[in-house]
Amino acid sequence: MCENFPTYIAEEIQEPLTEDEAALLSEDDLSKLGKSRRDFLGKTALAAIAAQLLLHDQAFALKYMSDAPVTNNAVSELAMTVKMTINGAEKSVAIEPNVTLLDALRERLQMTGTKKGCDHGQCGACTVIVDGKRVLSCLTLAAQAEGLNITTIEGLGKGDELHPMQESFITHDGFQCGYCTPGQICSAVALLDEAKRGEISYVSTNISKKPPTKLSDDEIRERMSGNICRCGAYPHIVEAIKEVQNGKAEAKSS
Amino acid sequence: MNEFKYLRASDASDAVSQFSKESKSKFLGGGTNLIDLIKENIEKPSALIDVSRLALREIKKTANGGVSIGATAKNSDTANHPLVRENYPLLSQAILAGASQQIRNMATNGGNLLQRTRCFYFYDPAMRCNKREPGTGCDALEGLNNYSAVLGWNEKCVATHPSDMCVALAALDATVKVKGADGKERTIQFADFHRLPENTPEKDNNLQTGELIIAIEIPKSNFAKNSYYLKVRDRTSYAFALVSVAVALEMNGKTIKQARIALGGVAHKPWRAMDAEKLLANAKADDATFKKAADAALKDAKALEHNAYKIELAKRAIVRALKKAVDGGIA
Repeated sequence: MCENFPTYIAEEIQEPLTEDEAALLSEDDLSKLGKSRRDFLGKTALAAIAAQLLLHDQAFALKYMSDAPVTNNAVSELAMTVKMTINGAEKSVAIEPNVTLLDALRERLQMTGTKKGCDHGQCGACTVIVDGKRVLSCLTLAAQAEGLNITTIEGLGKGDELHPMQESFITHDGFQCGYCTPGQICSAVALLDEAKRGEISYVSTNISKKPPTKLSDDEIRERMSGNICRCGAYPHIVEAIKEVQNGKAEAKSS
Repeated sequence: MNEFKYLRASDASDAVSQFSKESKSKFLGGGTNLIDLIKENIEKPSALIDVSRLALREIKKTANGGVSIGATAKNSDTANHPLVRENYPLLSQAILAGASQQIRNMATNGGNLLQRTRCFYFYDPAMRCNKREPGTGCDALEGLNNYSAVLGWNEKCVATHPSDMCVALAALDATVKVKGADGKERTIQFADFHRLPENTPEKDNNLQTGELIIAIEIPKSNFAKNSYYLKVRDRTSYAFALVSVAVALEMNGKTIKQARIALGGVAHKPWRAMDAEKLLANAKADDATFKKAADAALKDAKALEHNAYKIELAKRAIVRALKKAVDGGIA
Protein backbone atom coordinates (compact mmCIF):
# COMPACT_ATOMS: atom_id res chain seq x y z
CA MET A 1 0.00 0.00 0.00
CA CYS A 2 2.83 2.38 0.80
CA GLU A 3 3.85 2.57 -2.85
CA ASN A 4 0.46 4.10 -3.65
CA PHE A 5 1.31 7.35 -1.90
CA PRO A 6 2.44 10.26 -4.07
CA THR A 7 6.18 10.29 -4.37
CA TYR A 8 6.48 13.81 -2.97
CA ILE A 9 5.21 12.55 0.32
CA ALA A 10 7.15 9.29 0.22
CA GLU A 11 10.34 11.22 -0.55
CA GLU A 12 9.82 13.77 2.17
CA ILE A 13 9.27 11.17 4.84
CA GLN A 14 12.92 10.70 5.56
CA GLU A 15 12.47 9.20 8.95
CA PRO A 16 11.58 5.55 8.58
CA LEU A 17 8.08 4.62 9.54
CA THR A 18 7.73 3.05 12.93
CA GLU A 19 6.61 -0.53 13.01
CA ASP A 20 3.17 0.63 14.05
CA GLU A 21 2.88 3.11 11.21
CA ALA A 22 4.13 0.69 8.60
CA ALA A 23 1.57 -1.83 9.78
CA LEU A 24 -1.17 0.78 9.68
CA LEU A 25 -0.37 1.91 6.17
CA SER A 26 -0.15 -1.61 4.80
CA GLU A 27 -3.22 -3.11 6.42
CA ASP A 28 -6.76 -2.85 5.19
CA ASP A 29 -8.10 -3.48 8.64
CA LEU A 30 -7.21 -0.35 10.56
CA SER A 31 -9.18 -1.12 13.66
CA LYS A 32 -6.05 -0.70 15.74
CA LEU A 33 -5.52 2.85 14.57
CA GLY A 34 -6.40 4.69 17.78
CA LYS A 35 -4.44 2.44 20.11
CA SER A 36 -1.41 2.16 17.85
CA ARG A 37 -1.17 5.91 17.40
CA ARG A 38 -1.25 6.37 21.13
CA ASP A 39 1.46 3.74 21.60
CA PHE A 40 3.48 5.39 18.88
CA LEU A 41 3.16 8.82 20.46
CA GLY A 42 3.92 7.40 23.86
CA LYS A 43 7.15 5.79 22.78
CA THR A 44 8.58 8.62 20.71
CA ALA A 45 9.96 12.01 21.65
CA LEU A 46 7.39 14.42 20.21
CA ALA A 47 9.73 17.28 19.36
CA ALA A 48 11.96 15.16 17.19
CA ILE A 49 9.15 13.89 15.02
CA ALA A 50 6.82 16.88 14.82
CA ALA A 51 7.65 17.70 11.20
CA GLN A 52 7.58 14.08 10.20
CA LEU A 53 4.22 13.67 11.85
CA LEU A 54 2.68 16.20 9.53
CA LEU A 55 3.87 14.27 6.51
CA HIS A 56 2.75 11.01 7.96
CA ASP A 57 -0.67 12.52 8.67
CA GLN A 58 -0.90 13.60 5.06
CA ALA A 59 -0.16 10.04 4.08
CA PHE A 60 -2.89 8.79 6.41
CA ALA A 61 -5.27 11.40 5.07
CA LEU A 62 -4.67 10.30 1.50
CA LYS A 63 -5.46 6.77 2.43
CA TYR A 64 -8.99 7.76 3.40
CA MET A 65 -9.54 10.36 0.71
CA SER A 66 -11.55 9.17 -2.21
CA ASP A 67 -14.03 10.47 -4.72
CA ALA A 68 -15.53 7.02 -5.09
CA PRO A 69 -17.42 5.25 -2.31
CA VAL A 70 -14.97 3.55 -0.03
CA THR A 71 -15.86 -0.05 0.55
CA ASN A 72 -12.87 -1.98 1.77
CA ASN A 73 -10.77 0.14 4.09
CA ALA A 74 -13.18 0.46 6.98
CA VAL A 75 -11.52 2.09 9.94
CA SER A 76 -13.42 -0.05 12.43
CA GLU A 77 -16.49 -2.24 12.43
CA LEU A 78 -18.51 0.93 13.16
CA ALA A 79 -17.16 2.72 10.07
CA MET A 80 -19.60 4.10 7.56
CA THR A 81 -19.49 5.84 4.21
CA VAL A 82 -20.80 9.38 4.20
CA LYS A 83 -21.64 11.20 1.00
CA MET A 84 -21.86 14.95 0.96
CA THR A 85 -21.46 17.81 -1.49
CA ILE A 86 -18.48 19.97 -0.59
CA ASN A 87 -18.00 23.20 -2.53
CA GLY A 88 -20.10 21.80 -5.35
CA ALA A 89 -18.26 18.48 -5.67
CA GLU A 90 -19.72 15.22 -4.45
CA LYS A 91 -17.48 13.57 -1.91
CA SER A 92 -17.61 10.20 -0.30
CA VAL A 93 -15.60 9.49 2.79
CA ALA A 94 -15.21 6.47 5.06
CA ILE A 95 -15.42 7.56 8.67
CA GLU A 96 -16.20 6.27 12.12
CA PRO A 97 -19.31 7.76 13.76
CA ASN A 98 -17.20 9.70 16.25
CA VAL A 99 -15.39 11.71 13.55
CA THR A 100 -16.48 15.34 13.41
CA LEU A 101 -17.16 17.14 10.16
CA LEU A 102 -14.14 19.31 10.98
CA ASP A 103 -11.79 16.33 11.26
CA ALA A 104 -13.30 14.70 8.18
CA LEU A 105 -12.60 17.88 6.19
CA ARG A 106 -9.11 18.44 7.50
CA GLU A 107 -7.73 14.97 8.00
CA ARG A 108 -9.66 12.77 5.61
CA LEU A 109 -10.31 15.16 2.74
CA GLN A 110 -7.20 17.34 3.14
CA MET A 111 -9.29 20.50 3.13
CA THR A 112 -7.32 22.34 5.78
CA GLY A 113 -8.81 25.77 5.11
CA THR A 114 -11.33 25.17 7.89
CA LYS A 115 -9.47 25.66 11.16
CA LYS A 116 -9.55 23.82 14.47
CA GLY A 117 -9.45 26.36 17.27
CA CYS A 118 -10.96 25.29 20.58
CA ASP A 119 -12.71 22.16 19.19
CA HIS A 120 -15.48 22.79 21.75
CA GLY A 121 -17.80 25.25 20.01
CA GLN A 122 -16.49 28.34 21.73
CA CYS A 123 -14.34 30.11 19.13
CA GLY A 124 -15.95 29.81 15.68
CA ALA A 125 -12.70 29.05 13.79
CA CYS A 126 -14.31 25.90 12.34
CA THR A 127 -17.38 27.71 10.93
CA VAL A 128 -18.64 26.30 7.63
CA ILE A 129 -21.89 26.88 5.75
CA VAL A 130 -24.22 23.87 5.60
CA ASP A 131 -27.30 24.15 3.39
CA GLY A 132 -26.98 27.94 3.54
CA LYS A 133 -26.63 28.18 7.34
CA ARG A 134 -23.39 28.79 9.21
CA VAL A 135 -22.63 26.04 11.69
CA LEU A 136 -19.71 24.77 13.75
CA SER A 137 -18.00 21.82 12.11
CA CYS A 138 -16.29 20.82 15.38
CA LEU A 139 -19.65 19.99 16.99
CA THR A 140 -21.15 18.38 13.88
CA LEU A 141 -20.56 14.70 13.34
CA ALA A 142 -19.52 13.95 9.78
CA ALA A 143 -22.27 11.29 9.84
CA GLN A 144 -24.83 14.06 10.39
CA ALA A 145 -23.71 15.77 7.19
CA GLU A 146 -24.87 12.89 4.98
CA GLY A 147 -26.44 14.30 1.82
CA LEU A 148 -25.91 17.92 2.85
CA ASN A 149 -24.38 20.78 0.91
CA ILE A 150 -21.27 22.16 2.56
CA THR A 151 -19.40 25.32 1.69
CA THR A 152 -15.97 25.88 3.21
CA ILE A 153 -13.57 28.79 2.81
CA GLU A 154 -12.05 26.93 -0.16
CA GLY A 155 -15.39 27.12 -1.98
CA LEU A 156 -16.19 30.81 -1.65
CA GLY A 157 -14.06 32.14 -4.47
CA LYS A 158 -14.24 31.18 -8.12
CA GLY A 159 -10.87 29.84 -9.19
CA ASP A 160 -8.38 32.64 -8.65
CA GLU A 161 -11.12 35.19 -8.14
CA LEU A 162 -11.72 35.88 -4.48
CA HIS A 163 -15.17 36.23 -2.95
CA PRO A 164 -16.01 39.91 -2.26
CA MET A 165 -15.84 39.18 1.47
CA GLN A 166 -12.31 37.78 1.07
CA GLU A 167 -11.30 40.86 -0.94
CA SER A 168 -12.77 43.13 1.68
CA PHE A 169 -10.99 41.38 4.55
CA ILE A 170 -7.72 42.02 2.70
CA THR A 171 -8.61 45.65 1.93
CA HIS A 172 -9.47 46.37 5.56
CA ASP A 173 -6.78 44.26 7.27
CA GLY A 174 -9.50 42.13 8.81
CA PHE A 175 -6.93 39.79 10.33
CA GLN A 176 -3.46 39.60 11.77
CA CYS A 177 -2.35 36.00 12.28
CA GLY A 178 -5.16 34.76 10.04
CA TYR A 179 -6.08 31.66 12.00
CA CYS A 180 -9.67 32.68 12.76
CA THR A 181 -10.10 34.24 9.30
CA PRO A 182 -11.66 31.31 7.37
CA GLY A 183 -14.29 31.03 10.11
CA GLN A 184 -14.79 34.80 10.26
CA ILE A 185 -15.28 35.01 6.49
CA CYS A 186 -17.68 32.05 6.27
CA SER A 187 -19.61 33.55 9.16
CA ALA A 188 -19.69 37.00 7.56
CA VAL A 189 -20.91 35.65 4.21
CA ALA A 190 -23.77 33.78 5.92
CA LEU A 191 -24.53 36.81 8.09
CA LEU A 192 -25.34 39.00 5.09
CA ASP A 193 -27.69 36.31 3.77
CA GLU A 194 -29.44 36.19 7.15
CA ALA A 195 -29.88 39.96 7.04
CA LYS A 196 -31.33 39.72 3.52
CA ARG A 197 -33.85 37.18 4.82
CA GLY A 198 -34.91 39.69 7.49
CA GLU A 199 -33.64 37.66 10.44
CA ILE A 200 -33.36 39.44 13.77
CA SER A 201 -30.73 39.41 16.51
CA TYR A 202 -30.66 40.03 20.27
CA VAL A 203 -29.89 43.72 19.66
CA SER A 204 -32.70 44.23 17.13
CA THR A 205 -35.02 46.83 18.60
CA ASN A 206 -38.24 45.61 17.06
CA ILE A 207 -38.89 41.92 16.91
CA SER A 208 -42.26 41.82 15.19
CA LYS A 209 -41.12 43.97 12.26
CA LYS A 210 -38.53 43.23 9.60
CA PRO A 211 -35.21 44.86 10.54
CA PRO A 212 -33.37 47.10 8.10
CA THR A 213 -31.36 45.07 5.57
CA LYS A 214 -28.32 47.27 6.16
CA LEU A 215 -27.00 46.25 9.53
CA SER A 216 -25.65 48.74 12.06
CA ASP A 217 -22.21 48.26 13.62
CA ASP A 218 -23.91 46.97 16.79
CA GLU A 219 -25.90 44.46 14.79
CA ILE A 220 -22.78 43.23 12.98
CA ARG A 221 -20.86 42.89 16.26
CA GLU A 222 -23.66 40.95 17.94
CA ARG A 223 -24.14 38.67 14.93
CA MET A 224 -20.39 37.98 14.69
CA SER A 225 -19.95 37.26 18.41
CA GLY A 226 -19.53 33.55 17.76
CA ASN A 227 -16.19 34.19 16.04
CA ILE A 228 -13.36 35.02 18.39
CA CYS A 229 -10.23 36.82 17.14
CA ARG A 230 -7.35 36.70 19.61
CA CYS A 231 -5.42 39.29 17.57
CA GLY A 232 -8.30 41.70 18.14
CA ALA A 233 -8.97 42.59 14.52
CA TYR A 234 -12.64 43.20 15.34
CA PRO A 235 -12.93 46.86 14.20
CA HIS A 236 -11.42 45.94 10.83
CA ILE A 237 -13.66 42.90 10.50
CA VAL A 238 -16.71 45.12 11.04
CA GLU A 239 -15.39 47.53 8.38
CA ALA A 240 -14.81 44.67 5.95
CA ILE A 241 -18.34 43.35 6.41
CA LYS A 242 -19.85 46.83 6.07
CA GLU A 243 -18.07 47.38 2.78
CA VAL A 244 -19.50 44.20 1.30
CA GLN A 245 -22.92 44.99 2.74
CA ASN A 246 -22.85 48.38 1.04
CA GLY A 247 -21.82 46.82 -2.24
CA LYS A 248 -18.50 48.60 -2.68
CA ALA A 249 -16.31 45.51 -2.88
CA GLU A 250 -18.60 43.93 -5.41
CA ALA A 251 -18.38 47.04 -7.55
CA LYS A 252 -14.61 47.14 -7.20
CA SER A 253 -14.04 43.52 -8.18
CA SER A 254 -16.17 43.68 -11.32
CA MET B 1 -14.01 10.91 21.42
CA ASN B 2 -15.13 7.50 22.65
CA GLU B 3 -16.65 5.18 20.09
CA PHE B 4 -20.39 4.93 19.66
CA LYS B 5 -22.86 3.58 17.15
CA TYR B 6 -24.61 6.15 14.98
CA LEU B 7 -28.20 5.34 14.08
CA ARG B 8 -30.67 7.56 12.26
CA ALA B 9 -34.34 7.33 13.16
CA SER B 10 -36.99 7.52 10.44
CA ASP B 11 -39.78 8.83 12.66
CA ALA B 12 -40.57 9.39 16.33
CA SER B 13 -41.85 5.83 16.86
CA ASP B 14 -38.73 4.43 15.23
CA ALA B 15 -36.58 6.70 17.44
CA VAL B 16 -38.05 5.51 20.76
CA SER B 17 -37.96 1.93 19.54
CA GLN B 18 -34.29 2.15 18.48
CA PHE B 19 -33.47 3.85 21.76
CA SER B 20 -34.90 1.00 23.81
CA LYS B 21 -33.01 -1.63 21.79
CA GLU B 22 -29.59 -0.13 22.52
CA SER B 23 -27.96 0.01 25.89
CA LYS B 24 -26.78 3.45 27.03
CA SER B 25 -28.23 5.26 24.06
CA LYS B 26 -28.81 8.99 23.69
CA PHE B 27 -30.94 10.96 21.28
CA LEU B 28 -28.85 13.30 19.14
CA GLY B 29 -30.35 16.65 18.13
CA GLY B 30 -28.08 19.47 17.01
CA GLY B 31 -25.29 18.02 19.14
CA THR B 32 -24.05 21.43 20.30
CA ASN B 33 -23.93 20.28 23.95
CA LEU B 34 -23.95 16.48 23.66
CA ILE B 35 -20.99 16.19 21.26
CA ASP B 36 -18.99 18.51 23.49
CA LEU B 37 -19.86 16.41 26.56
CA ILE B 38 -18.80 13.25 24.72
CA LYS B 39 -15.49 14.92 23.83
CA GLU B 40 -15.07 15.81 27.51
CA ASN B 41 -15.77 12.18 28.43
CA ILE B 42 -18.68 13.27 30.61
CA GLU B 43 -21.38 11.64 28.48
CA LYS B 44 -20.43 8.12 27.45
CA PRO B 45 -23.21 6.80 25.20
CA SER B 46 -22.72 3.55 23.31
CA ALA B 47 -25.20 4.62 20.64
CA LEU B 48 -26.51 7.92 19.32
CA ILE B 49 -29.99 7.90 17.78
CA ASP B 50 -29.99 10.90 15.45
CA VAL B 51 -33.42 12.51 15.68
CA SER B 52 -32.41 15.84 14.15
CA ARG B 53 -33.98 15.00 10.77
CA LEU B 54 -37.33 13.81 12.11
CA ALA B 55 -40.33 15.58 10.60
CA LEU B 56 -41.02 17.45 13.84
CA ARG B 57 -39.98 20.86 12.57
CA GLU B 58 -43.32 22.47 12.14
CA ILE B 59 -44.19 25.68 13.91
CA LYS B 60 -47.96 26.12 13.72
CA LYS B 61 -51.08 27.46 15.40
CA THR B 62 -52.80 25.08 17.76
CA ALA B 63 -56.57 24.50 17.86
CA ASN B 64 -56.93 26.69 20.97
CA GLY B 65 -55.08 29.66 19.50
CA GLY B 66 -51.62 28.94 20.87
CA VAL B 67 -48.53 27.91 18.96
CA SER B 68 -46.84 24.53 18.74
CA ILE B 69 -43.13 24.50 18.01
CA GLY B 70 -41.63 21.25 16.81
CA ALA B 71 -38.85 19.55 18.75
CA THR B 72 -36.49 19.37 15.76
CA ALA B 73 -37.03 22.94 14.56
CA LYS B 74 -33.79 24.85 14.97
CA ASN B 75 -33.50 27.56 17.60
CA SER B 76 -32.73 30.20 14.94
CA ASP B 77 -35.72 29.20 12.79
CA THR B 78 -37.94 29.31 15.87
CA ALA B 79 -36.75 32.76 16.97
CA ASN B 80 -37.37 34.08 13.46
CA HIS B 81 -40.69 32.39 12.75
CA PRO B 82 -43.45 34.98 12.10
CA LEU B 83 -45.86 33.24 14.52
CA VAL B 84 -43.28 33.40 17.31
CA ARG B 85 -42.09 36.94 16.55
CA GLU B 86 -45.64 38.22 16.46
CA ASN B 87 -47.19 36.32 19.38
CA TYR B 88 -44.26 35.54 21.67
CA PRO B 89 -41.49 38.12 21.07
CA LEU B 90 -40.26 37.17 24.56
CA LEU B 91 -39.36 33.73 23.25
CA SER B 92 -37.57 35.16 20.18
CA GLN B 93 -35.60 37.52 22.37
CA ALA B 94 -34.62 34.81 24.86
CA ILE B 95 -33.48 32.40 22.15
CA LEU B 96 -31.43 35.13 20.47
CA ALA B 97 -29.79 35.98 23.80
CA GLY B 98 -28.27 32.51 23.93
CA ALA B 99 -25.12 31.12 22.31
CA SER B 100 -24.01 32.31 18.85
CA GLN B 101 -25.74 32.31 15.47
CA GLN B 102 -23.78 29.19 14.46
CA ILE B 103 -24.95 27.31 17.54
CA ARG B 104 -28.55 28.52 17.24
CA ASN B 105 -28.52 27.31 13.61
CA MET B 106 -27.60 23.82 14.83
CA ALA B 107 -29.45 23.53 18.12
CA THR B 108 -32.92 21.98 18.15
CA ASN B 109 -35.73 23.10 20.46
CA GLY B 110 -35.93 19.68 22.11
CA GLY B 111 -32.19 19.69 22.66
CA ASN B 112 -32.27 23.17 24.18
CA LEU B 113 -34.51 21.84 26.97
CA LEU B 114 -32.08 18.98 27.60
CA GLN B 115 -28.79 20.87 27.66
CA ARG B 116 -26.80 20.29 30.80
CA THR B 117 -25.38 22.72 33.32
CA ARG B 118 -22.17 24.57 32.50
CA CYS B 119 -21.02 24.41 36.16
CA PHE B 120 -17.21 24.21 35.94
CA TYR B 121 -17.19 21.49 38.58
CA PHE B 122 -19.49 19.35 36.44
CA TYR B 123 -17.16 19.77 33.46
CA ASP B 124 -13.91 19.08 35.33
CA PRO B 125 -13.42 15.35 36.03
CA ALA B 126 -10.76 16.20 38.64
CA MET B 127 -13.51 17.70 40.79
CA ARG B 128 -16.17 15.92 42.79
CA CYS B 129 -19.64 16.35 41.29
CA ASN B 130 -22.85 14.59 42.30
CA LYS B 131 -24.41 15.44 38.96
CA ARG B 132 -21.58 13.82 37.02
CA GLU B 133 -20.84 11.02 39.48
CA PRO B 134 -23.64 10.56 42.02
CA GLY B 135 -22.51 10.20 45.59
CA THR B 136 -19.05 11.74 45.19
CA GLY B 137 -19.87 15.16 46.65
CA CYS B 138 -20.02 18.74 45.36
CA ASP B 139 -16.78 20.69 45.15
CA ALA B 140 -18.62 23.81 43.95
CA LEU B 141 -20.31 24.12 47.34
CA GLU B 142 -17.15 25.46 48.94
CA GLY B 143 -15.27 26.24 45.74
CA LEU B 144 -15.38 29.18 43.34
CA ASN B 145 -19.15 29.29 43.28
CA ASN B 146 -19.68 32.76 41.80
CA TYR B 147 -21.75 31.24 38.96
CA SER B 148 -23.73 28.89 41.20
CA ALA B 149 -27.36 28.92 42.30
CA VAL B 150 -28.94 31.15 44.94
CA LEU B 151 -32.39 29.53 44.88
CA GLY B 152 -33.51 25.93 45.34
CA TRP B 153 -30.04 24.45 45.83
CA ASN B 154 -28.92 22.02 48.50
CA GLU B 155 -25.56 20.68 49.69
CA LYS B 156 -25.68 18.02 46.99
CA CYS B 157 -25.77 20.40 44.01
CA VAL B 158 -25.52 24.15 43.39
CA ALA B 159 -25.54 23.99 39.58
CA THR B 160 -27.71 26.32 37.48
CA HIS B 161 -29.72 25.56 34.37
CA PRO B 162 -28.00 27.22 31.38
CA SER B 163 -30.85 27.82 28.92
CA ASP B 164 -32.27 31.22 28.00
CA MET B 165 -35.05 29.79 25.86
CA CYS B 166 -36.37 27.77 28.80
CA VAL B 167 -36.70 30.87 30.99
CA ALA B 168 -39.09 32.39 28.43
CA LEU B 169 -40.98 29.10 28.06
CA ALA B 170 -41.39 28.92 31.85
CA ALA B 171 -42.83 32.45 31.90
CA LEU B 172 -45.17 31.69 29.00
CA ASP B 173 -46.72 28.61 30.70
CA ALA B 174 -45.53 26.24 27.98
CA THR B 175 -46.14 22.52 27.97
CA VAL B 176 -43.88 19.78 26.61
CA LYS B 177 -45.25 16.90 24.54
CA VAL B 178 -43.21 13.70 24.82
CA LYS B 179 -43.42 10.20 23.38
CA GLY B 180 -42.48 7.24 25.54
CA ALA B 181 -40.73 3.97 24.74
CA ASP B 182 -44.18 2.34 24.62
CA GLY B 183 -45.22 4.77 21.89
CA LYS B 184 -47.67 6.61 24.18
CA GLU B 185 -47.61 10.39 24.35
CA ARG B 186 -47.98 12.57 27.45
CA THR B 187 -47.87 16.29 28.20
CA ILE B 188 -45.69 17.81 30.92
CA GLN B 189 -46.26 21.31 32.34
CA PHE B 190 -43.10 23.34 31.81
CA ALA B 191 -42.84 24.05 35.54
CA ASP B 192 -42.70 20.28 36.13
CA PHE B 193 -40.30 19.50 33.28
CA HIS B 194 -37.04 20.52 34.93
CA ARG B 195 -36.41 19.71 38.58
CA LEU B 196 -34.50 20.80 41.65
CA PRO B 197 -31.52 18.69 42.75
CA GLU B 198 -33.08 17.14 45.89
CA ASN B 199 -31.42 13.74 46.41
CA THR B 200 -30.78 13.02 42.73
CA PRO B 201 -28.93 15.96 41.15
CA GLU B 202 -27.85 13.66 38.31
CA LYS B 203 -31.40 14.02 37.02
CA ASP B 204 -31.96 17.40 35.31
CA ASN B 205 -35.59 16.78 34.43
CA ASN B 206 -38.58 14.50 34.90
CA LEU B 207 -38.41 12.68 31.56
CA GLN B 208 -38.57 8.91 31.83
CA THR B 209 -35.78 6.89 30.24
CA GLY B 210 -36.31 6.71 26.50
CA GLU B 211 -38.90 9.49 26.29
CA LEU B 212 -38.51 11.75 23.27
CA ILE B 213 -39.63 15.38 23.12
CA ILE B 214 -42.05 15.84 20.22
CA ALA B 215 -43.13 19.47 20.55
CA ILE B 216 -43.46 22.43 22.88
CA GLU B 217 -46.80 24.18 23.06
CA ILE B 218 -47.36 27.73 24.21
CA PRO B 219 -50.91 28.75 25.12
CA LYS B 220 -52.61 31.80 23.70
CA SER B 221 -51.96 34.89 25.82
CA ASN B 222 -52.08 38.67 25.76
CA PHE B 223 -48.44 39.15 26.72
CA ALA B 224 -46.99 40.01 23.29
CA LYS B 225 -47.16 43.79 23.71
CA ASN B 226 -45.52 43.97 27.13
CA SER B 227 -42.78 41.43 27.53
CA TYR B 228 -39.02 41.61 27.93
CA TYR B 229 -36.05 39.31 28.34
CA LEU B 230 -33.13 40.84 30.19
CA LYS B 231 -29.89 38.90 30.33
CA VAL B 232 -26.98 40.03 32.48
CA ARG B 233 -23.61 38.42 31.74
CA ASP B 234 -19.86 38.90 32.05
CA ARG B 235 -19.61 40.12 28.44
CA THR B 236 -22.32 41.54 26.23
CA SER B 237 -22.65 38.60 23.87
CA TYR B 238 -21.99 34.87 23.65
CA ALA B 239 -21.86 34.15 27.37
CA PHE B 240 -24.11 32.34 29.82
CA ALA B 241 -26.32 34.38 32.12
CA LEU B 242 -25.22 35.45 35.56
CA VAL B 243 -28.87 36.34 35.98
CA SER B 244 -31.64 36.61 33.43
CA VAL B 245 -35.25 37.69 33.74
CA ALA B 246 -38.22 36.94 31.50
CA VAL B 247 -41.16 39.26 32.14
CA ALA B 248 -44.56 39.00 30.48
CA LEU B 249 -47.33 41.42 31.38
CA GLU B 250 -50.92 41.93 30.40
CA MET B 251 -51.72 45.59 30.93
CA ASN B 252 -54.95 47.44 31.49
CA GLY B 253 -53.96 51.07 31.11
CA LYS B 254 -51.43 51.75 33.86
CA THR B 255 -52.51 48.73 35.86
CA ILE B 256 -51.00 45.28 35.51
CA LYS B 257 -53.80 42.81 34.87
CA GLN B 258 -51.57 39.78 35.22
CA ALA B 259 -47.84 39.06 35.23
CA ARG B 260 -45.39 36.25 34.61
CA ILE B 261 -41.80 36.33 35.82
CA ALA B 262 -39.14 33.64 35.39
CA LEU B 263 -35.47 33.82 36.31
CA GLY B 264 -32.45 32.17 34.71
CA GLY B 265 -28.95 31.61 36.07
CA VAL B 266 -30.15 31.38 39.67
CA ALA B 267 -31.35 27.79 40.12
CA HIS B 268 -31.19 24.18 38.96
CA LYS B 269 -34.24 24.91 36.82
CA PRO B 270 -35.85 27.97 35.21
CA TRP B 271 -37.30 29.69 38.29
CA ARG B 272 -40.88 30.94 38.26
CA ALA B 273 -41.37 33.80 40.70
CA MET B 274 -44.99 33.10 41.63
CA ASP B 275 -45.02 35.27 44.75
CA ALA B 276 -43.87 38.26 42.72
CA GLU B 277 -46.51 37.54 40.09
CA LYS B 278 -49.25 37.57 42.75
CA LEU B 279 -48.06 40.95 44.03
CA LEU B 280 -48.10 42.40 40.53
CA ALA B 281 -51.58 41.18 39.59
CA ASN B 282 -54.02 44.13 39.57
CA ALA B 283 -51.31 46.45 40.94
CA LYS B 284 -50.28 49.85 39.64
CA ALA B 285 -47.24 49.67 37.37
CA ASP B 286 -44.82 51.84 39.34
CA ASP B 287 -41.35 51.58 40.85
CA ALA B 288 -42.62 50.80 44.35
CA THR B 289 -44.62 47.85 43.07
CA PHE B 290 -41.70 46.58 41.01
CA LYS B 291 -39.36 46.79 44.00
CA LYS B 292 -41.81 44.86 46.19
CA ALA B 293 -42.16 42.19 43.51
CA ALA B 294 -38.37 41.88 43.17
CA ASP B 295 -37.95 41.46 46.93
CA ALA B 296 -40.66 38.80 46.96
CA ALA B 297 -39.01 36.91 44.10
CA LEU B 298 -35.72 36.63 45.99
CA LYS B 299 -37.00 36.32 49.57
CA ASP B 300 -35.94 32.65 49.83
CA ALA B 301 -32.54 33.20 48.16
CA LYS B 302 -29.47 31.91 50.00
CA ALA B 303 -25.99 32.96 48.93
CA LEU B 304 -22.87 30.81 48.84
CA GLU B 305 -19.46 32.31 49.57
CA HIS B 306 -18.96 34.00 46.21
CA ASN B 307 -22.40 34.60 44.72
CA ALA B 308 -24.24 36.96 47.08
CA TYR B 309 -24.07 39.54 44.27
CA LYS B 310 -26.60 37.48 42.31
CA ILE B 311 -29.38 38.22 44.78
CA GLU B 312 -29.15 42.01 44.45
CA LEU B 313 -28.42 41.68 40.72
CA ALA B 314 -31.56 39.58 40.21
CA LYS B 315 -33.70 42.10 42.11
CA ARG B 316 -32.45 45.02 40.04
CA ALA B 317 -32.79 43.01 36.84
CA ILE B 318 -36.41 42.23 37.69
CA VAL B 319 -37.18 45.93 38.27
CA ARG B 320 -35.50 46.92 35.01
CA ALA B 321 -37.17 44.17 32.98
CA LEU B 322 -40.57 45.17 34.40
CA LYS B 323 -40.00 48.80 33.37
CA LYS B 324 -38.94 47.73 29.88
CA ALA B 325 -41.99 45.48 29.54
CA VAL B 326 -44.38 48.24 30.66
CA ASP B 327 -42.72 50.60 28.16
CA GLY B 328 -43.64 48.25 25.35
CA GLY B 329 -40.79 45.73 25.38
CA ILE B 330 -39.38 44.96 21.97
CA ALA B 331 -42.54 43.88 20.16
